[in-house]
Amino acid sequence: MTKKDVSFVRHDTIPPSPPPASETGLVKWMRQNLFAGWFNTALTVLAIYFIVKFCLFAFPWFYNGVWDAGSIKECREILKAAGKQTGACFAVLVDRWDHLLFGFKYPADQYWRPTLAFVLMLVAAAPALFYMYVPRKFLLFTALYPFIGFWLVWGGSLWVPLTILVAIIATAYVFRAVEQLQVGPRQVLAGIVGLVAGVGLAYLLYLGAKELWFISGSMGSGGVLSMLFGLLFKAASIFMFVFFIPMGIFVGYAIYSDAEDGGLVTVVTALFAIYVMLAYLLGPISGAINSVIPIELEAVPSRDMGGYMLCLILGSVCVSLSIPLGIVLALGRQSDMPLIKGVCVVFIEFVRGVPLITLLFVANVMLAYFMPPQSNFDLILRVIIMITMFSAAYIAEVIRGGLAALPKGQYEAADSLGLNYTQATRLIILPQALKISIPGIVNVAVGLFKDTTLVSVISMFDIVGMIRGPIQQSTDWISIYWEVYLFAALVFFIVCYSISQYSQWLERQLATDHG
Amino acid sequence: MTTISDPSVGTTNQSFRLAMLLNDTRYRSLTFQFIALVAIIAFMAFVGGNLVRNLAEAGLNISYKFLGEPAGYDINQRPIEYDSQSSHGRAAIVGLLNTLIVAVLACITATVIGVVAGVLRLSNNWLVSKIMSFYVEIFRNVPVLIWILIIFSIMINALPGPREFKGDTPSASMILFDTVAVTNRGVFVPSPEFSNSFASTEEVPVTSTGMDWLLILAALVLSWIVATRVSQWASKTQEETGIRPKTWHMRLAIWAVPLAGVLLFLGLTWNIPELKGFNFKGGLQIRGSLLALWFALAIYTGAFIAENVRAGIMAISKGQTEAAGALGLRPNLIMSLVVLPQALRVIIPPLISQYLNITKNSSLAIAVGYMDVTGTLGGITLLQTGRAIETILLLMLFYLTVSLLISAVMNVFNNRMKLKER
Repeated sequence: MTKKDVSFVRHDTIPPSPPPASETGLVKWMRQNLFAGWFNTALTVLAIYFIVKFCLFAFPWFYNGVWDAGSIKECREILKAAGKQTGACFAVLVDRWDHLLFGFKYPADQYWRPTLAFVLMLVAAAPALFYMYVPRKFLLFTALYPFIGFWLVWGGSLWVPLTILVAIIATAYVFRAVEQLQVGPRQVLAGIVGLVAGVGLAYLLYLGAKELWFISGSMGSGGVLSMLFGLLFKAASIFMFVFFIPMGIFVGYAIYSDAEDGGLVTVVTALFAIYVMLAYLLGPISGAINSVIPIELEAVPSRDMGGYMLCLILGSVCVSLSIPLGIVLALGRQSDMPLIKGVCVVFIEFVRGVPLITLLFVANVMLAYFMPPQSNFDLILRVIIMITMFSAAYIAEVIRGGLAALPKGQYEAADSLGLNYTQATRLIILPQALKISIPGIVNVAVGLFKDTTLVSVISMFDIVGMIRGPIQQSTDWISIYWEVYLFAALVFFIVCYSISQYSQWLERQLATDHG
Repeated sequence: MTTISDPSVGTTNQSFRLAMLLNDTRYRSLTFQFIALVAIIAFMAFVGGNLVRNLAEAGLNISYKFLGEPAGYDINQRPIEYDSQSSHGRAAIVGLLNTLIVAVLACITATVIGVVAGVLRLSNNWLVSKIMSFYVEIFRNVPVLIWILIIFSIMINALPGPREFKGDTPSASMILFDTVAVTNRGVFVPSPEFSNSFASTEEVPVTSTGMDWLLILAALVLSWIVATRVSQWASKTQEETGIRPKTWHMRLAIWAVPLAGVLLFLGLTWNIPELKGFNFKGGLQIRGSLLALWFALAIYTGAFIAENVRAGIMAISKGQTEAAGALGLRPNLIMSLVVLPQALRVIIPPLISQYLNITKNSSLAIAVGYMDVTGTLGGITLLQTGRAIETILLLMLFYLTVSLLISAVMNVFNNRMKLKER
């Protein structure tokens, strides 16, 4: 037996040969993703053609940009002197930076205030946005921020927002104190509060009846329609007139009889407390303290707000106000009570059916007719009211979707635990429904923030209003458009894109289900 | 709070007490609604009383008589006859038609852009899908007003003026065989004219071509009915014999012959724009304001529709695609026969709200001076007559009606598309 006879047998496997060059790395990736088939290749070539063409156009324009010039003429001369074909005039951004950000009326030496308010807003938002990383106690700052922000932007005496804050805190203490009262004193308190509330309500109803009487009297002669309305108003006013005293007695009695085990007396007392403090104590107290220890910033009236700052103010204020209002509307729309449901449905569908511009027109020219004569409502406040109503209707629809998406078992389970409506809604329904609605709410918020540019149509000077008015119509920068509009687009893009990225991240964080 | 929900416990031996209105769930909702009703009436009384007082103070009243008075302003885009002597009411109708024109144009364009971008965003081609997501993100995150203004500014500033078409060596020239002129005063395109028009009698020269268009529409409807019949016949034959007869030549004839006949009968000629003096004459002038509004709304909303389309396609389970592939369908057939018909069910409801958004956003026309209903009724008419309440109420009523109509029509369509479950 010699080894020669045995044919060759391999004892170990051959190491795998490397794949062909066309099947590895970059080449493979390109074959799969860019040049798979003739159609795909054609698309790629077309895309590359457009990208190159765009870059050849945009890049020199951007690269040759002039950052230092006093006017568009000077800018073009600089470009001409350098022998450049195209070039941007970014000098307008440098020259009108303040106008773009703060408007043209905000006092220039006070720019640090809105800037600081903006930075603090980011700080205040962090505990709410990243609540899983930031300790809970920082939420205190978030709660305080509205007062700080208001004071920084609008200025005036520090004591005004501070006394409002104190009033709110005091109300909370009143609420707690009444809640913990013994039955005896509580009944006494309920008697007093019930009497005052009943008389107050009766008086309000009396005023309403008088008002209706006045309207029906002024309807005067006219067609069938006005007669019909006149009759209707007359009937309503008689109704109110007849009912105002029994209504008052009933409310007073209800509060009194509820004293033993109900929460009504606490709520009504707290409402009383805050009303008295805000209506009668706020002005004198803050004025008195201010005359002793004046801590004041230069007051800036609302009509001096402008630029991107105005968009940010409108956006943040209206979004934060419209979320609670939207929740109330959504719950109202789900209610079993036909009247409440009807009111909510009509409101939501009406607001969603008309464009925001018409609502802004209402704020601009129509709302004043519905306010008491001689009352002078700020335009910015009227705009905030209308935009808040607008976005609340959209948010209500989003939340309604969330409420409808909850399995019916959740409602039934809450009932079977013996929770009443408030408890079930607060503890079981809303936390889940809101979680489902987050992406929708964020979409509405982003849309609302973009829509704040519409106020330029009713001659407010937000960033678009600044560009179209004081910048494009000035002799220095007449009809400059690419640079300024691209800047406006950029600042909006930054904010909106980050918000939507945040919402996607939050959705992943909140995904507690498996899979 | 004591709550008594079970009527058998409470009612038998308990008489009605006043506090039960508040504490008993049987009566509580009635109480709440009563309070709400009183509150609403009181609020209305407050608002109405203020209105009456303010109107009396300003010496005004609520009246819609101004709609019949001459408007006294000109509108540059007139789908129906209008001059400055026409009434405010007619100006409002012109504006209303202009709103509908731009809304319909933008809806169609946005749907095309959105579907193409949405499908391409899911493309296997890395570059194309990246470009499309770039487009979607850029356009979704910037206010539509800024896009309208950017496109409008480009139209005004970057396009050549009619003057540049003049001379022996013009710096700009007409495109598409010298029929279309793109200028900063708008785009001039050839317009059809009918030499044998119904309306052109001896007394009345060609002013209204409404009857002619109706005739063309009738021809098209007829063709459509016959064409549907033909394809039904083809399907029936296919079911019986297994072979689908070739019908494309028949359908071509059905569509082309009646239309050509009608056009020949009417004597169709094209009115081609020509440079006369300092501007183009003849043809149809599509103004820069309309184009800017149209394109901006279409591109902006197209980005949203692209996202809806993408979500709809992604919602179709992968098994459907794979099953269709296993049956031997090519990728484009899989998309058009299997995936898109199913995805439509998911896509259509958000599409409805995008159409509504376009209609509502078309009110931004006021920013570029396009005379839509917000520009006429809510703009110049309001300023001239000072009747803020009446004009704004009419404006809201119009938009509300359009919104409700669109959602009603689309809901009907949606119901027909719905999955038929057994």
